[in-house]
Amino acid sequence: MGACTMGMLRILPFVLLLGVSAMAQSPTYGVGRTPSAEELRAWDISIGPTGAELPPGRGTAKEGAQLYVQKGCAVCHGATGTGGAAPILKGKADPKIAAWDRGRILPIRSPFATTVWDYINRAMPLGKEGSLAPNEVYALTAFLLYINEVIPEDQVLDNQSLPKVKMPIGDAYASLPDWKPKTRRLQGYPY
Amino acid sequence: MGSKRTDRRGFLKGGAALAGGLTLGAVEPAAGQTPASGASGASGAMIKGSKELIAYGDRSRFVTSVRIAHGGRPSPDAFGLVFHVAAPLQDSVGVITPSSLHYTATTRGSYLPDIDPREHRLMIHGMVDRPLIFTLEDLKRLPSVTRLHFIECAGNRSSPNGKTVQETHGLTSCAEWTGVLLSTLLKEAGVKAGATWFVAEGAEEVKGASSMPIAKAMDDCLVCYGMNGEPVRPQQGFPLRLMVPGFEGIFATKFLRRIKLVDRYYLNYNDYGHLDQDPKVAALDYQIGPKSVITFPSGGQQLPGRGFYEISGLAWSGGGAIRRVEVSTDGGRRWNNAEIKGTPQRMAHTRFGYQWNWDGQETELLSRCTDELGQVQPSRAQVAQFWNVPLDPSFRVPGLDNSIQPWRIARDGSVHNGHA
Repeated sequence: MGACTMGMLRILPFVLLLGVSAMAQSPTYGVGRTPSAEELRAWDISIGPTGAELPPGRGTAKEGAQLYVQKGCAVCHGATGTGGAAPILKGKADPKIAAWDRGRILPIRSPFATTVWDYINRAMPLGKEGSLAPNEVYALTAFLLYINEVIPEDQVLDNQSLPKVKMPIGDAYASLPDWKPKTRRLQGYPY
Repeated sequence: MGSKRTDRRGFLKGGAALAGGLTLGAVEPAAGQTPASGASGASGAMIKGSKELIAYGDRSRFVTSVRIAHGGRPSPDAFGLVFHVAAPLQDSVGVITPSSLHYTATTRGSYLPDIDPREHRLMIHGMVDRPLIFTLEDLKRLPSVTRLHFIECAGNRSSPNGKTVQETHGLTSCAEWTGVLLSTLLKEAGVKAGATWFVAEGAEEVKGASSMPIAKAMDDCLVCYGMNGEPVRPQQGFPLRLMVPGFEGIFATKFLRRIKLVDRYYLNYNDYGHLDQDPKVAALDYQIGPKSVITFPSGGQQLPGRGFYEISGLAWSGGGAIRRVEVSTDGGRRWNNAEIKGTPQRMAHTRFGYQWNWDGQETELLSRCTDELGQVQPSRAQVAQFWNVPLDPSFRVPGLDNSIQPWRIARDGSVHNGHA
């Protein structure tokens, strides 16, 4: 490993003379090791909108309703998703009101159902974060989407159906800026 | 250990009493404060050397500046959870915030993970040619970069309720950060075509994660193991913190354990707060605008009388280096160039000063800055005009609030929040 690094450093100036493109995809320093497939799988808890990282498993709102009590969610968030000390999980207003006006409630406002799964999986329950099994996270996600009238009570959520859930917010949210170095934070905004 | 704690508490109490006495004394004409009597110390007291003080120095017991819980939420709360804690900018000199006084913030309150750096790993994966895992030792072998950078919380928003600059502006701090450029690590892993965003994730209980554009990663993000000449403090993300210069503080991922390159916006955990209806507001929630505040004289301080004062303050911008700072001593009618102290660094606090003779009349002190991109710090009235909404006390500056902070000087020398 060390000899390899030394050798590479020695030939570096010549390679640079030949052109940068040849170097672009080769390691310069040879520091760090390759993670195993198991490490990659275990660490990768970022669930994107396509759901590609979702683990196998399944759950329904009925199962989720039981877990919501068993896992202590109701203690902080209230028996029906409202009335507890923690943020409310159910929109108070009529679902016919525009999604954006129904409150800052993740199962309503997120454009992706995968975000609800990701949030519960990494950050709940308080004090026992990361302790839920995939089936439990699918069931709790289904329960929150059901009480907010996003999905029917009997819908099974798994790694295929969850990314396909149509969220109330639709595409009524702002796309993020195409950030570039040394540019103003908003074109046309002097401040 | 127990007896040492008691001693510390005794020190703090004594220090607070003395500091109060000094403040009162300072209001009086300076009787008994001639250089001759002040130089040697009235009591002749000395501090004996101890093993502890040789190993790790303490500040003077007469220096009592501390952080405070921010926004009316106790830190720690009854369970020991810490929320937002503000830095005492009113006592700051120069541009570096001591690590012990650097502000901290967590969105839902948290404990600190007690991480053994020998066990800590950083994984880089996703849309790369070669996923890689680095130990701290690995990272320290790589070419390092040391830069001054501020961090500022999106909640750093002056309100009429804020009495001091700590309450109105204390959720920003500046430190010297040392680490490896994220671009160095990404080139080592080989960025695949089509990678447009990356997710940075911490090792704490919620595995806090933020999505950021890959252009930022390649420009100036730093994977930091050092802060102000020592390892990053636990409250700041020990053993690794991602610096995202000029972006809102929440992006500066603490306890950094993972960087994943992806082809779209991921909306994980911390990103949820950035969702907005209006793309203009969404844009103003990323890069911090040009901002400055006068730290002396500032709310809650007391001027002993008319005469000469150097007005002092801090200016910073997420857009780059500060180019100009102006000060008004008459409520904004006339603006004068302030002196910039030292060489302004990009995305770093910059100290400014302005020489002022107070005539003893009521007035208002203001500062505003301009950054290298030509962005100018606005008044609340200018922002309201841009959005074409009425300026009333409830007007909320969209995105991070970088509006001008007025300090009102009363005839008795007391200093007050001009928004109150």
